[in-house]
Amino acid sequence: MISPASDNQRIVITGVGLTAPNGNTLAEYREALLDGRSGVQPYDIRYVGPTLAGICDFDELKYQKRRDVRRGTRAGSIGIYCANEAIADSGIEWENVDRERVGIYVGVTEHGNVETENEIHEIKGYGYDTSVWSHHHNPRTVANNPAGEITLNLGITGPHYTVGAACAAGNAGLIQGAQQLLLDECDIAIGGGVSESIRTFGIFAGFASQGALAVHDDPTRASRPFDRDRNGIVVSEGGCLFTIERYADAAKRGAKIYGELVGYAMNSDASDFVLPNPKQQARCMHMALRRAELSGDDIDIVSTHATATSSGDIQECAAVRDVFGGDGATLVNNTKSFIGHAMGAAGSLELAGNLPAFDDGVCHPTINVDNLDPECELDGLVINEARETPGVNTILNNSFGMLGINSAVVIKRV
Amino acid sequence: MTKAEIREEVLDILADIAPDEDLSGLDDSVSFREQMELDSMDFLDIVMELRKRHRVQVPEDDYVHLASMSSTVDYLEPLMKDIQKV
Repeated sequence: MISPASDNQRIVITGVGLTAPNGNTLAEYREALLDGRSGVQPYDIRYVGPTLAGICDFDELKYQKRRDVRRGTRAGSIGIYCANEAIADSGIEWENVDRERVGIYVGVTEHGNVETENEIHEIKGYGYDTSVWSHHHNPRTVANNPAGEITLNLGITGPHYTVGAACAAGNAGLIQGAQQLLLDECDIAIGGGVSESIRTFGIFAGFASQGALAVHDDPTRASRPFDRDRNGIVVSEGGCLFTIERYADAAKRGAKIYGELVGYAMNSDASDFVLPNPKQQARCMHMALRRAELSGDDIDIVSTHATATSSGDIQECAAVRDVFGGDGATLVNNTKSFIGHAMGAAGSLELAGNLPAFDDGVCHPTINVDNLDPECELDGLVINEARETPGVNTILNNSFGMLGINSAVVIKRV
Repeated sequence: MTKAEIREEVLDILADIAPDEDLSGLDDSVSFREQMELDSMDFLDIVMELRKRHRVQVPEDDYVHLASMSSTVDYLEPLMKDIQKV
């Protein structure tokens, strides 16, 4: 028998800062998800040409000077915006916080590609003369850049990590933040994920070569997980960082609590570079539920990772059936159908989009399903229209990535 | 380029490097760093932009000459006199 966790071992989310292709605050974003509003737009990137992407329009200058925007990276600016918004949302009296006891844990799918591509493009115009290669290249491309820029902006002197976890990174940042709180490495963790990936042509070209880049005449209908006619991923930028605290600290200051991280797990497929493994995905969900001391039947909403690729969607549906039985009691949705695949930010953005369900009891749908793929049929799949529920108390959020990295988090209403 | 044109060019580079600064009141005789938020990485941008825009190479030993607008223009004048203002 496991004894109940003490209030110092309970981890809660107390603030949300985000930018998504369809909203720059949780309220805007949630409204778009309930209204069925996509954030995917036409996009053009060098070498690849016209394509589609989820593009964010947050105000970079809200928290940065123009000089700092120029000096840093897009991932850094997204992280700075999200971290500042999360702190403001949390109600933490920031002026009185010991900055050495704040830790930053930012998940990324990749980092450095944007700046390296930019520099190679630049020196091409100079006959590949490397003497015009920017001295800013190294500080922009070091792997800790996105998290490090947040510390510079906010004067945080505690630990900072950029967590490389492919497309499981948004969950991974949250999980690592929680673990560091449990280890007493910090008192406030700022964790989640960011993505600047639409600025690198390589990711578009790579998915296109793989036959996995979405094409559609109507950008808002391009990202269509579970639909029979889906044809790939819409690449997006975005970010979502949470302030994470021990329950005892949050309760002491009377904080608004979005939810408690009662379970989490990360594991590996050890089977393929790109193809997902439903057995290991299911295993990851089981492990997260076990830590939460819950069963599949106890989960009200499963937020799927599905990216609208033929293999990925079917495999995840198989894993979800394995864990939740498909009796319809657990609702299933997908947020990429609205915002595309926000890569390192996907896990945290998709979780954030579901958190307001604890208050409003509504499960947002997966949109753009005109003809459900029979292999993606799941009892409880909420298609095209939001669904009112008697109440939502638990959410399980999946986030998976290349090289077979799986993550699942379980959030409980407090 | 004349000295006036070189000054204009350096001002243009500074406007890119320090976009938050109001350069209209720049005192040519006072060092850049005393008047602007400019660190060593920004300073290297001046050298880089001269290299990229005009193929002017400023050796590290000569960086000292780029302290103020007047010393910069004096230093660059012989190096840029044969460059046509575009």
